[in-house]
Amino acid sequence: MAGLLELVTGPLSYPFMIRGLIAVVMVGIVCATVGTYMVLRGMAFFGDALAHAILPGVALGYLVSGGARVAVFWWALGTAVLTAIGIGAISKGAQVKEDTAIGIIFAGMFALGIALISTMRSYAVDLAHFLFGDVLGVSQGDLWLTGILGGVVVLTVLAFYKEFLVLSFDPILAATLRLPSTVLHYLLLVLIALAIVVSLQTVGVALMVAMLVTPAATAYLLTQRLPVMMALAACIGAFSGVVGLYLSFYVSVASGAAIVLVCTALFLLALLFAPRRGVVGRWLQRVTVGKD
Amino acid sequence: MANTKIPFIRRPVAHREEAPILEASHLSVRYNGRAALEDVSFRLVGGERIAVVGPNGAGKSTLFKVIAGVLNPSTGEVSVAGHFPGSHICIAYLPQRSQVDWTFPVTVADVVMMGRTGRVGLLRRPGRADWEYVRQCLAVVGMSNLADQQIAELSGGQQQRMFIARALAQEAELMLMDEPLAGLDIPAQEDIFRILDELQPRGVTVMVATHDLNLASEQFDRVMLLNNRLLGIGHPDDVFTPERLLQAYGSHLRLVQTDDGVMVLSDTCCGGDE
Repeated sequence: MAGLLELVTGPLSYPFMIRGLIAVVMVGIVCATVGTYMVLRGMAFFGDALAHAILPGVALGYLVSGGARVAVFWWALGTAVLTAIGIGAISKGAQVKEDTAIGIIFAGMFALGIALISTMRSYAVDLAHFLFGDVLGVSQGDLWLTGILGGVVVLTVLAFYKEFLVLSFDPILAATLRLPSTVLHYLLLVLIALAIVVSLQTVGVALMVAMLVTPAATAYLLTQRLPVMMALAACIGAFSGVVGLYLSFYVSVASGAAIVLVCTALFLLALLFAPRRGVVGRWLQRVTVGKD
Repeated sequence: MANTKIPFIRRPVAHREEAPILEASHLSVRYNGRAALEDVSFRLVGGERIAVVGPNGAGKSTLFKVIAGVLNPSTGEVSVAGHFPGSHICIAYLPQRSQVDWTFPVTVADVVMMGRTGRVGLLRRPGRADWEYVRQCLAVVGMSNLADQQIAELSGGQQQRMFIARALAQEAELMLMDEPLAGLDIPAQEDIFRILDELQPRGVTVMVATHDLNLASEQFDRVMLLNNRLLGIGHPDDVFTPERLLQAYGSHLRLVQTDDGVMVLSDTCCGGDE
């Protein structure tokens, strides 16, 4: 028992672990909150694309400021918001299908980002940090930024909860109720962009979509109520972050990857064993119905 | 959906009493050069129930979306109680059941409450009075006991009745029902008509899109025959004439002369409009 306690408390003697844990809990909650609407509206690909598309912004910020964290953060934020709005606009009036347009922008921006980073001296190390995150390098200032912007995201989602719900379930109802659908749609895109930038340092761009979508998808399998789904997704996101970080501490694997692997494992468990939507549950239902 | 219109916040307007609940004049809608609606004009009396009949692709859904103010007509105009439809929140569009994501994690009461979103207002949460209103709307459609049911567990008839309750929660005065009867068995269809009968004294005007010529002529005093153009509007006996039906359905329809009159055999079937 004492050994187990030691396993949990041991890493806490390192300040970087405590900062990392606070960061992953906040990121887990923020990503899962917007991720709930992304899962319900089928926006996983958009999220993945947006995360990759901010790489040139991150790289430029890095080059311009000589690596100052806060500068990189604002550059990433600017790029994310502009790209989110750009993708939103293109998918409305484009000559090609929406997912094609997103794919083109996504790959083009990502390539630009890699090209920019490849001009740096410490190319490989920096690229790895941007792509896969560096949660143990989180500073006190990063935590404040994450907390404030993450708080803004969560509060905004809660404030417009019922409008986002109507817009996601029945866009025509939103239009006949004369809700500001266009404004709400772009607001959601900007919130996703904010969540991505806030999480950038924790999981990096390459694995971002997992933090956004996987906990929410797991929660979707476990409940039939939206408020419960959102709360559950936040818990799963935060829990995966903490467990993943401990795993990476003891097994010494990359922290971002460990967090995403925990998310994925929880999803697979839910997929198999969720009471109603799980594979086993549905099979049992079929079997018992068959007997009657 | 090139000209889908998504309006910004507008204050609901007072109805002009003398104006008809719905008046369409010379409506045309074109998608990529193809006409979905062509020069459609008619007017409805407040509180009436009318069936909109026509084959697949006749423009029934398009007509409803223009009336609801979510799609702009290419030419012509619609006026609801004397005003542009986009200025009302009293027009309810009840979607085809096939267009709805039934796995969405919401209960019946949640969906009905969505109808009140406009009344509750931005940045506010529904209060006790709103939930009481939702409860009453569910009672009208006979679904009080299903309020906490997940929507995936509803039968087709219950799904349709839930949307009627949502329209009531919206305090709709004009209800546009898109193929509400498709795929329902006879008792479920009768339930819907019983509820619609109860709405009539409340002054709710109801337009029902349907493929079913028999139901339209049995259950409605006025019908509208549509195939991109308006082919007729009035009493079923006057509208469903052999010539007009042939115009609407073309070769999909067989007219058989019998002793009692003309028997219509149609082979258009179910499935979505547009």
